[in-house]
Amino acid sequence: MSAAAKPGSVKAEVTVIGGGLVGLAVARGLQDQGLNVAVVDEGDIALRASRGNFGLVWVQGKGDTCPEYARLSRLSATLWQDFANGLAEHTGIDVQLSQIGGLYICLTEQELEQRRIMLEAMRDAQQGDYPFEVLDHDALKAKVPEIGPTVAGATHSPMDGHVNPLLLMRAMVQRFTDRNGQLITTGPVTKIESNPGRFVVHSGDQVIESSRVVLAAGLGNRELAPQVGLSAPVSPNRGQVLIAERVKHFLDYPTGHVRQTGEGTIQCGDSKEDVGLDTGTTTDVMATIAHRAITMFPLLAKVRLIRSWGALRVMTPDGYPIYQQSEQYPGAFLVTCHSGVTLAAAHAGPIAEWIASGVADPSLSLETFHADRF
Amino acid sequence: MPTDSNFKRLPANAAAEVVIWVEGKPLKARAGESVAAAVLAAGLGPTRTTPVSASPRAPYCMMGVCFECLMEIDGQENTQGCMTTVAEGMQVQFQRGIRNVPEVEDNA
Repeated sequence: MSAAAKPGSVKAEVTVIGGGLVGLAVARGLQDQGLNVAVVDEGDIALRASRGNFGLVWVQGKGDTCPEYARLSRLSATLWQDFANGLAEHTGIDVQLSQIGGLYICLTEQELEQRRIMLEAMRDAQQGDYPFEVLDHDALKAKVPEIGPTVAGATHSPMDGHVNPLLLMRAMVQRFTDRNGQLITTGPVTKIESNPGRFVVHSGDQVIESSRVVLAAGLGNRELAPQVGLSAPVSPNRGQVLIAERVKHFLDYPTGHVRQTGEGTIQCGDSKEDVGLDTGTTTDVMATIAHRAITMFPLLAKVRLIRSWGALRVMTPDGYPIYQQSEQYPGAFLVTCHSGVTLAAAHAGPIAEWIASGVADPSLSLETFHADRF
Repeated sequence: MPTDSNFKRLPANAAAEVVIWVEGKPLKARAGESVAAAVLAAGLGPTRTTPVSASPRAPYCMMGVCFECLMEIDGQENTQGCMTTVAEGMQVQFQRGIRNVPEVEDNA
C-alpha cells in the first residue's frame, strides 16, 4: 500500500499526472514494464469523467473520419478481456465485462439508413474487416423482445461490449497501489519544471521528480501541456446520465443510449452539451433522455428513476485522442481521449510500451494523433 | 407479531392510530409516520433481500438515501418505506430480491 502523502519530495521513474481511468491504465502498463510509477491526482474534487461515464467498450461507428482511430478502438476492445482478467486476478474484483456485441438503436428509418451508409464506408476503409449487421425492426425484436413498436431497427456489431465503470475505477486504483504505486492526492498540479529527461512536478506541498512525465489530466491537460512544450486543445462536453432502480434483467446488449448493469440497474444517457465546467443536470435534457429511453423500451415507463448526474467529456476539436511526445522536452508524453473505458486496454498495453521505450509500434500510426493537426 | 424492538415512539408524538397490513397481518401504526418507522417500531423484518446476494436488510437511513427499506407497498415493488406515509388499510409486503419488470403489454 502507498503511504499517506506527506509534505516533501518523492522520486519515481515516471510521474503520471491524473488518476482517472486514462492515467491509471497507463500507470498499470508502465508498472508491467517494471517501472516505478507515481500518480498525482486531484482526489475527490476532480472533474472525473471516469466516475460519470456510461461504461461502454465501444467500437462501431468510432473513427468514421479517422481509420487509425477506428483501428485503435478495435485493438483495445480485443485486448479488453485479458485486461479485465488481469484486474480480477490481482484484485479479486470482477468488472463485469461483457462483449456479446452492442446495439445502436435507430428510432427512424432515415436514421438507420444514414447509419448503414456510415458503417459501410467504415468497413470499406478497413478493407472489409469491420463486422456489423443492420437489423430491421423484426430482427431487432428477435434479439430484444422488449423493444418498442415504433423503433425502426438497430445496427449490431460483435466488436462492442460494456463494463461497470465504478468497479473498474476501484479495481484499477487497488491494483496500482497494491503493486507499490505511489498515489499522491495532494490536489491539482500547479507547476511542471521541465528539462530534457528531468521533470519536477509540484502539487500542493509535494514535489515529484522523475525522468519521464505523462500528462493524463483530462481537461487539466489544456493548462499543463504548454509547460512541457506540447498543446492540448481540449474542451468539456457535458453528458447527463439517468439511473433507474434495479429490475429483473431484460437487456443483455449494451446500446448507445440505454444499458442494464450486472445488478439490474438501468443507465440512460447520451446527451451532448457545451456548458463549460458545469456538471449539473437540467430538466429538459433529462426529459429528452427519459422519453427516448421509453420509446426504445416501453417497459421503462413504469420503472422509477433514482439518481442523475452530469459529467464532462474531454473533447478535442475533432473528437479524436492526442498521443504525443514532446520534442522540446523528450520524456514528456501527452495522452488524452474521451473514451477512457474503451481505450483502457490499449493504454495499458501498446501506449504504455511506447512511453516506456520511447518507440511506438508503427502499426498504431501515432503520428496521426499528434496535436499538430489542429 | 414480534414486539422486540430497539425503537420507542416518543410520548410527545402521540397521534391517531392507523391500521396497515404487513405481510398479511394487521399492524397498528401512528398517523403521519413512515412505513419504515412503523415496521421498525414493531420489530418486524428483515424487510427486503438484496437483488444480487439475497442478503437480508432493514430500514437504515430513514431519509431516502440508502434504499435499504425497499418494500412492496400497495402493489408497487421497490418502494422506499421511509419515504411513504402510512395510510389506513395500506398493504405492505417485504421486497424479495429484484423487482419484476412490468410486461411490455401492460403499457399498450
